[in-house]
Amino acid sequence: MRIELVKRPQYSRVFSALSPFIALVLTLIAGAIMFSALGKNPADALYYYFIDPLRETWSLHELAVKAAPLILIAVGLSICYLSNNWNIGAEGQFIIGAIAGSILPVAFPTFQSWIVLPLMMIMGMIGGAAYGAIPAWLKVRFNTNEILTSLMLVYVAQLFLDWLVRGPWRNPQGMNFPETRTFHPYAILPEIWPESGRAHWGFVFALVAAIALWFVLSKTLRGFEIKVLGQSPRAGRFAGFSAGRMVFFAFMLSGALAGLAGISEVSGAIGQLRPVISPGYGFAAIIVAFLGRLNPLGIVAAGLVLALSYLGGEAAQISIGVSDKVVRAFQGMLLFFVLACDTLIHYRIRFAGPAAKAQEAGQNA
Amino acid sequence: MSASDESTNLLEVRGLTKIFGTLTACDHIDLTIAKGEIHALLGENGAGKSTLVKMLFGSLEPHSGEISWKGETVRINSPHAARRLGIGMVFQHFSLFEALTAAENIALSLDDKTPIATTAAKARALSHSYGLPLDPHSLVGDLSVGERQRIEIIRCLLQTPELIILDEPTSVLTPQEADKLFETLERLKSEGKSILYISHRLEEVKRICDRATVLRHGKVVGHCDPRKETAASLARMMVGNEIQAIVRAPVENAGKAETLLEIRGLDRTPATPFSIPLRDINLSVRAGEVIGIAGVAGNGQGELFEAVSGEVLQKQAGTVRIRGKDAGRLGISARRKLGAAFVPEERLGHGAAPRMKLSENLLLSRHATDAKAYLGLAGVIRNSSLASAAQRIISVMDVRKSAPDPEAASLSGGNLQKFIIGRELDRQPSLMVVNQPTWGVDAGAAARIRQALIELARKGSAVLVISQDLDELFEISDAIAVMHNGELSSPLPRAEATFEKIGLLMGGAEPGHVELPVEAA
Repeated sequence: MRIELVKRPQYSRVFSALSPFIALVLTLIAGAIMFSALGKNPADALYYYFIDPLRETWSLHELAVKAAPLILIAVGLSICYLSNNWNIGAEGQFIIGAIAGSILPVAFPTFQSWIVLPLMMIMGMIGGAAYGAIPAWLKVRFNTNEILTSLMLVYVAQLFLDWLVRGPWRNPQGMNFPETRTFHPYAILPEIWPESGRAHWGFVFALVAAIALWFVLSKTLRGFEIKVLGQSPRAGRFAGFSAGRMVFFAFMLSGALAGLAGISEVSGAIGQLRPVISPGYGFAAIIVAFLGRLNPLGIVAAGLVLALSYLGGEAAQISIGVSDKVVRAFQGMLLFFVLACDTLIHYRIRFAGPAAKAQEAGQNA
Repeated sequence: MSASDESTNLLEVRGLTKIFGTLTACDHIDLTIAKGEIHALLGENGAGKSTLVKMLFGSLEPHSGEISWKGETVRINSPHAARRLGIGMVFQHFSLFEALTAAENIALSLDDKTPIATTAAKARALSHSYGLPLDPHSLVGDLSVGERQRIEIIRCLLQTPELIILDEPTSVLTPQEADKLFETLERLKSEGKSILYISHRLEEVKRICDRATVLRHGKVVGHCDPRKETAASLARMMVGNEIQAIVRAPVENAGKAETLLEIRGLDRTPATPFSIPLRDINLSVRAGEVIGIAGVAGNGQGELFEAVSGEVLQKQAGTVRIRGKDAGRLGISARRKLGAAFVPEERLGHGAAPRMKLSENLLLSRHATDAKAYLGLAGVIRNSSLASAAQRIISVMDVRKSAPDPEAASLSGGNLQKFIIGRELDRQPSLMVVNQPTWGVDAGAAARIRQALIELARKGSAVLVISQDLDELFEISDAIAVMHNGELSSPLPRAEATFEKIGLLMGGAEPGHVELPVEAA
């Protein structure tokens, strides 16, 4: 028997809606297999991984802390991917945003005023947007592949941060630890509801960004422009839309949102710069964007799912003693299944039985 | 109806059927081709001609029915199998690599490992004996469309087929090149080879074909001897009813009306190695008239369209003037705001976004000119006014569709073209530039589109039509200019233009030599 993919005459709306859920189920099944191969009881492991973190208020706050950067970055990426700009470098834009936003509290610690925090957010966005503009400019000017340039710039950003915190920005009172001075109180992004947990305003930024971009995408001419240029660039040019300007728009918008996520994370969750400030949010957000079907509202849900994978990874590490690399394995499986299941939107599976095979053999004879 | 009584037919098709989803593209087709005949397959676009020949050539598998070759039932399940039987095919769209030479292209399609030098020598010999001069070592990218077709024909002949299928072979040729092709076909016929000739050009079918099979909506509607029919009676068989005759009222105050489009000294360097540079193009189109631009495909028409529409800007603002205003540095939206409307050659992916609904495709070309009607505060799209405008266009242009507001890609080519033309006509533009208005559109819809263009002009707009279809240009134009190798001849008034003159210009003759063949004709 042979399995064939047959192109559907029109894409399937059913599978378009179902595909993320099928992918989630397949990921859980594959995860269970992985845990049993590691010698753990799969039911226990999945429980600690996906259910336990949702049972306490404080851990729901942690979920929001982890989901905030994922959602912020992913809604920006959805604009990029819908307009056919493959920004893989959100991790770098996140880091540069965090660095640019930290200039005031780190380099000018004596400047203390309520204006510092809004300035930090704005500078973080500018930093991320400027860093996103580099691959955009390279693409428009030299027709370079943005996947490669944006990805390579991630490593540049990571090493730049590493150098900063070990060199010029190292905390003078920090006993030579590679980290900056801790932010003064005016530079800390406050908690939404301090009595119950640690979730900061970054989560609110994420929700606002998701709703705003959902509106832009589904209701406005700008959203139409993004989709037309992504689907058929030539028709976009015929409509009078500029592909080059869209490259800059998409990269700088997603860069700005990644930068905002970066400075929010540093100022809301960490409180200082360290050599590593992200557990791979910029890459995980790519999964979030696709799991959310590149729809900003879907991305909110997908961001919470991926955030749970981070939390569950930590929980499983403590409760059942699996490696923290399991988190990456889960995220990788999830992206793999999401992309694979998307095939079902445009194709259907056909089982070519022995009869068909015999017939073919007859033809070839 | 069989042409040969005693000898068996070369090819016999009985009850051949092909179904795509809910569409029966071919419905119990019967067809016989005798040895040594030129058999025409006639039908409008979408009648099932391509589906039928794809089944004969093995690229599609029939649902039911049988094919017999020299009296024996055969299954043709791949082009390779078709070639082995002795069926060769020359496609309408060539499959040649532009960066390779003619001989290399031919060698690629042969199954054996003959050295290229041998293939080149064979090709040269064959090309001479059939009167199709061709240098096997020339680069395909440098060849004209007619020459490229020769490569395809020679490639096909090298495999010594007994049946040659030609799909719309003259659609890319000048009238003179077509004449040469007909000589080659006569020659092949005299050698006993059979030819299945697919066309919708009735005059040439009447001229060279022995028998014709007419398809309509996937069914055979008749077999006939085209030489005993008139073009009108053949057209009636193809379309099923009379085609609306085009009415062309005389232009009022011709030559004195305001010039709405003026192109002065337009040059354009080629954007890619295989695109055509434009050289010193001058043209003006006045209110009330339709100017046609003839030319073999790939002589710079696409490049000219992009330059006039503003998809590509000019160096100097005065190179293109729309309604008396310099537009050379303006983009397509700004040119539209001056009153111009554009319809490109490609429908899917250029004139319309395939995966978007018709109402969204309406916004595509009209968001700048009709911002007040379709956009609210902060660029919010007014879906209800878009939808009602789309419905208006659909009913005015009689667009046939399967859903209230379907995706552009789900419409047939002709219906989508009706919508795209209607989208621009709906604006009552003062200048309309159309590239290939009726390419692939069925005869009834084509007549409607042509009449609409003439009426737009007579109401005081200027219309510029770029087309490869000479019949169409003669039907609607008040003057015809010819594009050849990136240069544009000065327009010949309709009264002075003849097929011969235009054909010579299409082949690149100097304008001064045009007078010669008129006596001959």
